[in-house]
Amino acid sequence: MTKMTYRDAIREGLREALRSDPRVFLMGEDVGRYGGSFKVTYRLLEEFGPERVRDTPLSESTFLGAGIGAALGGMRPIVEIMTVNFSLLALDQIVNNAATLRHMSGGQIGVPLIVRMATGGGRQLAAQHSHSLEGWFAHIPGIKIVAPATPADAKGLLLAALGDPDPVFIFEHATLYGLEGEVEDEAVPSEIGKAAVRRTGETVTLITYGGSLGKTLQAADQLAVEGIDAEVIDLRSLRPLDISTVLASVDKTHRAVIVDEGWRMCSFAAEVSAQIMEGGFYNLDAPVARVCSAEVPMPYAKHMEDAALPQAATIAQAVRQMLGAHG
Amino acid sequence: MTGEPVLDRAHGLDLLRQMVLIRRFEEKAAELYTVGKIRGFLHLYIGEEAVAVGTMQAVGPDDNIVATYREHGQALARGIPAGSLMAEMYGKATGCSGGRGGSMHFFDVSRRFYGGHAIVGGGLPIAVGLALADKLRSRAALTACFFGDGAVGEGEFHESLNLAALWKLPVLFLCENNLYAMGTGLSRHQSQTDIRRKADAYAMPADVVDGMDVLAVEAATRRAAASVRGGDGPFLLELRTYRFRAHSMADPELYRAKQEVEEWKARDPIALYIARLPEMGFLADPDLAAIESGVAAEVDEAVRFAEAGPWELVEDLTRHVYAPVTS
Repeated sequence: MTKMTYRDAIREGLREALRSDPRVFLMGEDVGRYGGSFKVTYRLLEEFGPERVRDTPLSESTFLGAGIGAALGGMRPIVEIMTVNFSLLALDQIVNNAATLRHMSGGQIGVPLIVRMATGGGRQLAAQHSHSLEGWFAHIPGIKIVAPATPADAKGLLLAALGDPDPVFIFEHATLYGLEGEVEDEAVPSEIGKAAVRRTGETVTLITYGGSLGKTLQAADQLAVEGIDAEVIDLRSLRPLDISTVLASVDKTHRAVIVDEGWRMCSFAAEVSAQIMEGGFYNLDAPVARVCSAEVPMPYAKHMEDAALPQAATIAQAVRQMLGAHG
Repeated sequence: MTGEPVLDRAHGLDLLRQMVLIRRFEEKAAELYTVGKIRGFLHLYIGEEAVAVGTMQAVGPDDNIVATYREHGQALARGIPAGSLMAEMYGKATGCSGGRGGSMHFFDVSRRFYGGHAIVGGGLPIAVGLALADKLRSRAALTACFFGDGAVGEGEFHESLNLAALWKLPVLFLCENNLYAMGTGLSRHQSQTDIRRKADAYAMPADVVDGMDVLAVEAATRRAAASVRGGDGPFLLELRTYRFRAHSMADPELYRAKQEVEEWKARDPIALYIARLPEMGFLADPDLAAIESGVAAEVDEAVRFAEAGPWELVEDLTRHVYAPVTS
């Protein structure tokens, strides 16, 4: 195990992929000479050369679609989209092609493509660089959605995606790139579709993923001081969703609060809530609660952005409210 | 696969036979649509036969093909059995896409036929990616990418031409200009109606050819393909043609004059070719009746195959969304 940042862990995963599989190549805006807009691909161009680390024009739809075509042609492309907001320019290729080709061809072809992108707010980048749209993507059958919250998973889920025969979209919360943690030195893939219990507890289950995991663990620490024993589940994968780990926890705690940086309306939290109702309703002592982003495009001013996003304090407050009302 | 067409008797007759096969296949499809055997959208290729047949002469078995939703002609010219195409339009399990695609989504990966794409312009990035894979794998092949005049209005057309030219990828862009983007005439949706000139913006060689003359199409495509195979990067070939039938079976054709249609019908690619046969000497006495009866038998057999095919089990509804789980 080595302590490293989330950014370095992804880079280690990419390096491992490029070294071990000649079919792998990277492609995206400024992934090469610039070193990646978040410095994830820093110096990989020097190490692996311009054929395998390819700077693209600002043509999200076409370089993502070219990733699909290259995957059909026997390669294992890893495409970087600078932020989730820019991925909207490639939605045609994602929804109409990556997600459908296996099906439309009657199973003749698959699309073993990896797409990485930054997601989330908290950096005062306002309303075109800060949103969390992974819940939208999780709506679509045919693709897989993962959201690593730790450096170990950042590497492990990337390596798992590399072995997957279907398109995998990796959402990297942009505030996590500097986060440090222990990472396996060997190439150990995480399991796509398997949640992780990050803190065990008996009183309430807090369910989250990606950039909200840290805030949720902070909230759990605050609550512990007050004698409230929270269990924290990191979903890690939104599609497929490991609902059985969630239901097993709710079976124990009888209470669930979902923390999701997406907007509340039609959020991924809404899906998790519905599945808890469907599978665990009679185990609940209180209605499922959600802590989501406010229904507003992301504001620039810091105090306003802070207010728009889930925070440790608002998560803790949601738990207290639940216990106060129904405890 | 390079140079001028070799006009021996067998080749000359084969061009005729293939065009007649497409014509009769499409007439049968229209008939079956009116009695409800074929449903959904049906876009007929009648009038454009010389384009598919002529271009496909320059496309080898190792080359890839990406086509549009008006792809019956290309599929037949590629040699996909008519029965598997007819069965696909019936929705049968024996169809070329297992009944999951229908008329707009023919796939036959064994013949490197990568679809039938029904988002206008959406196939171009995939073609770029297939060519990128070939280049990275040092496979000596090109990707023939069909699209219509409507596609040149899409951003993906421009992005794809740019990326293919920038990276010198072996893509043969084949624009079937039938003068209408569904019901909107070329001069009503393009400021520059000379489509070949759009390649100038991407420093790409281009040519234009009479798409009603199968021999001219074959010769022009062979020249274009030779340029691509020579390693000079992509080529844009515009094929000027016309569809004699409506856009789809649902189209009342209110947007074009009957006289215009009649003028183009006077340049029917099959009639034009037959009229030229005597001057070509070695085809002075083609047995047209034998060609027609052979084609009729092939179309009848296709219908029989489609009728006889089984339906996929409803229990298998969610197959082909992800790769089957292997243990």
